[in-house]
Amino acid sequence: MYQVWHRNFRVWLKHIQASLIGNLGQPFLFLLAMGYGLGRSVPEIEGLTYLQFIAPGLVASSVMYGAAFEATYGSYTRLSTQGTFEAILMTPISVQELAMGEILWGATKGLIGGIIMLVTLPLFGVTPSIWSAALIPVLFAEGIIFSALGLIMTAVATNYDFFNYFTSLVITPLFLFSGIFFSLKAIGDPLRQFLYFLPLSSVVELSRTFCYGRLDWNIGLELLNVSFFSISCTVIAIFLLKRRLIQ
Amino acid sequence: MKSPNPTGADTQELVLEIKRLRKTFGQRQVLKGLDIRLRPGQCLALLGPNGAGKTTTIRIVLGLVIATDGEIKVFGKPLPRFLRDVKYDIGVVPQMDNLDPDLSVLENLLVYASYFRIKRKVVRERAHELLSFFALHNRRDEIIQNLSGGQRRRLLLARALINKPKLLILDEPTIGLDPQARLLIWERLEHLRKKGTTMLLTSHYMEEVARLATTVIIIDHGKSIARGRPDKIVKEMLGTEIMEFSGSMEKLEGLEDLLKTCDVLAERVDDRLFVYVKNGCPELDYATRDFPMVVKRPATLEDLFLKLTGRKLRET
Repeated sequence: MYQVWHRNFRVWLKHIQASLIGNLGQPFLFLLAMGYGLGRSVPEIEGLTYLQFIAPGLVASSVMYGAAFEATYGSYTRLSTQGTFEAILMTPISVQELAMGEILWGATKGLIGGIIMLVTLPLFGVTPSIWSAALIPVLFAEGIIFSALGLIMTAVATNYDFFNYFTSLVITPLFLFSGIFFSLKAIGDPLRQFLYFLPLSSVVELSRTFCYGRLDWNIGLELLNVSFFSISCTVIAIFLLKRRLIQ
Repeated sequence: MKSPNPTGADTQELVLEIKRLRKTFGQRQVLKGLDIRLRPGQCLALLGPNGAGKTTTIRIVLGLVIATDGEIKVFGKPLPRFLRDVKYDIGVVPQMDNLDPDLSVLENLLVYASYFRIKRKVVRERAHELLSFFALHNRRDEIIQNLSGGQRRRLLLARALINKPKLLILDEPTIGLDPQARLLIWERLEHLRKKGTTMLLTSHYMEEVARLATTVIIIDHGKSIARGRPDKIVKEMLGTEIMEFSGSMEKLEGLEDLLKTCDVLAERVDDRLFVYVKNGCPELDYATRDFPMVVKRPATLEDLFLKLTGRKLRET
């Protein structure tokens, strides 16, 4: 498992610049455009300026994008054109280990982006609390959710175009409706409950909670939700990848 | 790279033992009860037309395909239970090049070694040894895309040997290479075989099989149809010589009748008559005079292969 992770890490180090800029560009641009641009004409939400309100959520979204893209485009390339997975499976590494290694790598890549976002927030006038450190394992668990989801897509994909479904039907809606840009508290009940249940919403809430040190009882439920999604997505991803690779 | 195996002992454990192996993909039966026994130090070649089940057999041994039925033991250990154990001692050259294009030549070996949990210090030394052995040393920092077909194949071989395997599996190791590149690989493989490396080989090149294999199994439609030493099996099943007659239908039919009294195998293919000669035959010598177009040559593995699997094109 570690060997698979390390293989990917080694390759990533070779292209570290392009990789970082590619993953961080988008959330930073959103932070600038929405936070500084739109934020000036938006009143405070939950006692935070608009920039302060969206910054923790964008940290969570950068983890999601980093992990999801690595486990789709990255993993699928290794699975199909490069034959890397098959080469690995000729060795003592099992499919389970391969899947876990890929998921952990995707999560790591997402986390790297998230941490860089987090430590640069003071530049935008957002001063995180000491609780922010507690956010790191949460972001890693989030990375596992989205890299496992990505690997599920990889395991059933027949070509790269297939990932358009994933991006437009899963990733983009989650990005827009997980309470990053507006408070979910304002929404009517059945819909609100559903939106809270989505994996990214829990992380966005946790991110905001830890960033500003405003701890409450919801944390338990949110952590439970994140654990539930990370474990179940991983189990499904392993099952589907095995079905794809072993005839 | 390996010490020679002691030979001759009957009690010696088989490296690979496959019994009654079956595999069905949907409606298609690919393997229909295949048996294989491979002793230490041997090079066993699986020979068969496309779709005969050679690669499927290899993939089953590697756990990439699950067998429908049958028994498989590697180093005396039953699969799939001991799959992981067993794979520490298997090296594979796959038919399709799956070198890691994200890594350099040397890195390909180092990273692959990590999958076998080989210690770093040991690996460096072994990787350099293997690169020299396969004449790749001055390309060690090259990216894979810049290698020629022959260099890639040699790197695949070096990669397959990084774990000092007790069993080397070669799935068409020289496919698509020019004669020079092929010769270099054959020479290296012969060297390994002489040192006692046990090999399982699949190939379409009869010359390759004749040169490398100690035993050959001809497979067709998922079953073994002949087995033996490459030189012996041709003599026993076909004969020493082959004569190709061409001429009018009438003349060929006449010749066929004449040969009925002879101890020869004759096969008509359109306007040609192939005669496989085991012992001398006076009728044949007599008949030869009537045919201006006769080709007489030693029988080869290719003749046996075509005789057994037919001359028609196979596309399954």
